[in-house]
Amino acid sequence: MMTAPPSVLIMGIGNLLWADEGFGVRAVEELHRHYAFPENVRLVDGGTQGIYLVQHIREADILIVFDAVDYGLPSGTLKLVEGAEVPKFLGVKKVSLHQTGFQEVLAMAEMLGDYPRHLLLIGVQPVELDDYGGSLRPQVKAQILPAIAAALSFLKEHGVNAHRRTAPLREDATISTPETIMSEYETGRPPETDALRSGDARLLADGRWHGPADYEAEVERILSDVAERS
Amino acid sequence: MTAIQTPNGFNLDNSGQRVVVDPVTRIEGHMRCEVNVDAENIIRNAVSTGTMWRGLEVILKGRDPRDAWAFVQRICGVCTGTHALTSVRAVEDALNIQIPENANSIRNIMQLSLQIHDHLVHFYHLHALDWVNPVNALKADPKATSELQMQTGPRHPKSSPGYFRDVQNRLKKFVESGQLGPFKNGYWTNPAYLLPPEADLMAVTHYLEALDFQKEIMTTRTIFGGKDTHPNWLVGGVPCAINMDGDLAAGAPINMERLNYVAGVIDRTIDFVDNVYIPDIIAIGSFYKGWLYGGGLSGKSVLAYGDIPDRANDYSPGNLMMPSGAIINGNLQEVHPVDLRDPEQVQEFVPHSWYSYPDESKGLHPWDGITEPNYKLGPNTIGTSTNIQQLDESAKYSWIKAPRWRGHAMEVGPLARYVVGYAQGHAEIKEQVDSTLQALNVPLSALFSTLGRTAARALEAQWAARKQKYFFQKLIANIKAGDSSTANTEKFDPSTWPKEVKGVGFTEAPRGALAHWVRIKNTKIDNYQCVVPTTWNGSPRDNNGNIGAFEASLMNTKVERAEEPVEILRTIHSFDPCLACSTHVMGPDGEELANVKVR
Repeated sequence: MMTAPPSVLIMGIGNLLWADEGFGVRAVEELHRHYAFPENVRLVDGGTQGIYLVQHIREADILIVFDAVDYGLPSGTLKLVEGAEVPKFLGVKKVSLHQTGFQEVLAMAEMLGDYPRHLLLIGVQPVELDDYGGSLRPQVKAQILPAIAAALSFLKEHGVNAHRRTAPLREDATISTPETIMSEYETGRPPETDALRSGDARLLADGRWHGPADYEAEVERILSDVAERS
Repeated sequence: MTAIQTPNGFNLDNSGQRVVVDPVTRIEGHMRCEVNVDAENIIRNAVSTGTMWRGLEVILKGRDPRDAWAFVQRICGVCTGTHALTSVRAVEDALNIQIPENANSIRNIMQLSLQIHDHLVHFYHLHALDWVNPVNALKADPKATSELQMQTGPRHPKSSPGYFRDVQNRLKKFVESGQLGPFKNGYWTNPAYLLPPEADLMAVTHYLEALDFQKEIMTTRTIFGGKDTHPNWLVGGVPCAINMDGDLAAGAPINMERLNYVAGVIDRTIDFVDNVYIPDIIAIGSFYKGWLYGGGLSGKSVLAYGDIPDRANDYSPGNLMMPSGAIINGNLQEVHPVDLRDPEQVQEFVPHSWYSYPDESKGLHPWDGITEPNYKLGPNTIGTSTNIQQLDESAKYSWIKAPRWRGHAMEVGPLARYVVGYAQGHAEIKEQVDSTLQALNVPLSALFSTLGRTAARALEAQWAARKQKYFFQKLIANIKAGDSSTANTEKFDPSTWPKEVKGVGFTEAPRGALAHWVRIKNTKIDNYQCVVPTTWNGSPRDNNGNIGAFEASLMNTKVERAEEPVEILRTIHSFDPCLACSTHVMGPDGEELANVKVR
């Protein structure tokens, strides 16, 4: 008897206008350029769509999320978080600009009884977020390929095989919007004298934006809290 | 200052305890509120500040105006389509491009779809929890809930005691797992929650139903926009071609099968709004109709640009199905016409904003807008320059400019649109408002409140669902008459453009009046200014000391517990601000009392 192949969703989230916040979307664009997938795999530019993404999550048996995440690690570090750790971690400590939103989206999918069986968060520690209109920093850009490799190996573990394209697709054959592809986004940027680029950290510089000092200890603490409760 | 009166009629007194509510995320700019409460815990002064520079438009300088929509739709995750539509309209206005009738109908269907989607999701998944207590729902009797359902929404099929028992059990399991999920961080023991457990259970059940149903609403935009999550837009029309006999291959144009699907979605949307959303608003409203705080500017000064042109390319008020006009000084007898090109009407002021103008006693029209940052704190600021505990609102205190209409601070949004429509005698709006007031047995004055704002949003969703059907039928009739044109590409080539042009595009975004002003020089964007609804509503004081809509709406509200300002959140959320926020609540000494989340 044939069983239906699992429904796989690979999604990049974040706002590509805020420098390294664009990591998720850029990673999934790049994955799409270089690899073709069977029909049960969908690649989605989730942007900052929040609750509107819940349906995509509900339909997925296997979910991979690319995102810029603040773990308090050295800038540009790639961090993989798997399975039950993902939402539990996200729900307790503010780690990304929109992640509370995404954690809620996961919880909403769970409330509706449609939670992915396998979940992988591929996060990168951003170098710079306060650069409006900016693109990925080199250290973060350099993590796109390792991030893709991590996604492919996770998929392989779950019996999903990607097919490397003989030649990459043109950049504007993107799953995102062709008007905002990375090369044109970077070259078309107005000079700093015309366009202010920074946010205002002064009102916000009270530590709220820093991740936990000791990430692993933080995760352990959260997981043991959860264990105590259950 | 201790006590002053503002020109727009509010008595401010900042002598009492200061409560700071500070959202921190920055999907679309941050917002922070500070209020002073008196000995009775009544808000006597309110300060709303945008705490971050939002360089929305400047990154468009020098870019191709035909691409601007794709950038502006990334400004924010929830208004994507509305910004895109406003942008293509601004560029079409500048270049004098006429779009085909089919494009107008399709754009209207997409815009109405976004309105309904945003209103529904905002109410159930962001705002309902300011009124509904999910923890209290665990105490409900499923049988009594079923009776309540049959009494309030008799046409909704899901109403059996067994159904509510199942939902309650799921909820129980969820809460017992220690994972409150979307319900965490609520003030669930606060006396500000007034619903009986049965109403709480019914509302939580509909929270889940709405979460399931909203996926359908999105499909309309996916079909016409050609793709998921970020639909496509086009200067000159819409990017989808129509071929009624075409098959369903990927990337195929709109055909009969897809249109039939859209027709089904439109009908199911009408049913859901009529039989679930509206009855819930009446049911919840009936328990809160004694809580009529939050009116703010809504009974004084409201503004709508109008939207949903019946015929293509005519943006005059008579052709716009969503009302347009301005009401000032509480005079509902007179609705003033609004002209976004008139340099005397919409102006932005900066005396209380962190920007410099050569002459700050004057406002500037967006076409002549200057954005020069000038971060300076007032002498009465408490805290340090890197960690502000309390702002000094007598000086500059916000990264949001203060837009004004002929010098007046204005509220925008569904309630503003409904007040303007009601004042104009708009038959459909009047009928909806009157029947809602009657069902709740409250006078017209009750409309000017937080609850009124929440109700107007639901009524607008109901109106929009019907108008979707109107434009769908119009589209089909036009196609059947032999017109399948969806785009006018005559002026798509920049070599056909004049050297220097300017234009303005406007829409009614779910959360209020939205306009983009563009100047195009040598085929590139020379200047681009967006005045977004949350800038109107969240604006700081202006040169005359008028307070903005958020500030006004918080005035004179009684807060049950200063350290759990559910009333502040309820009122700010009722505007559907374009912010996703976490909040910190601080006591008068700046010590953090609670860390909660603004949903």
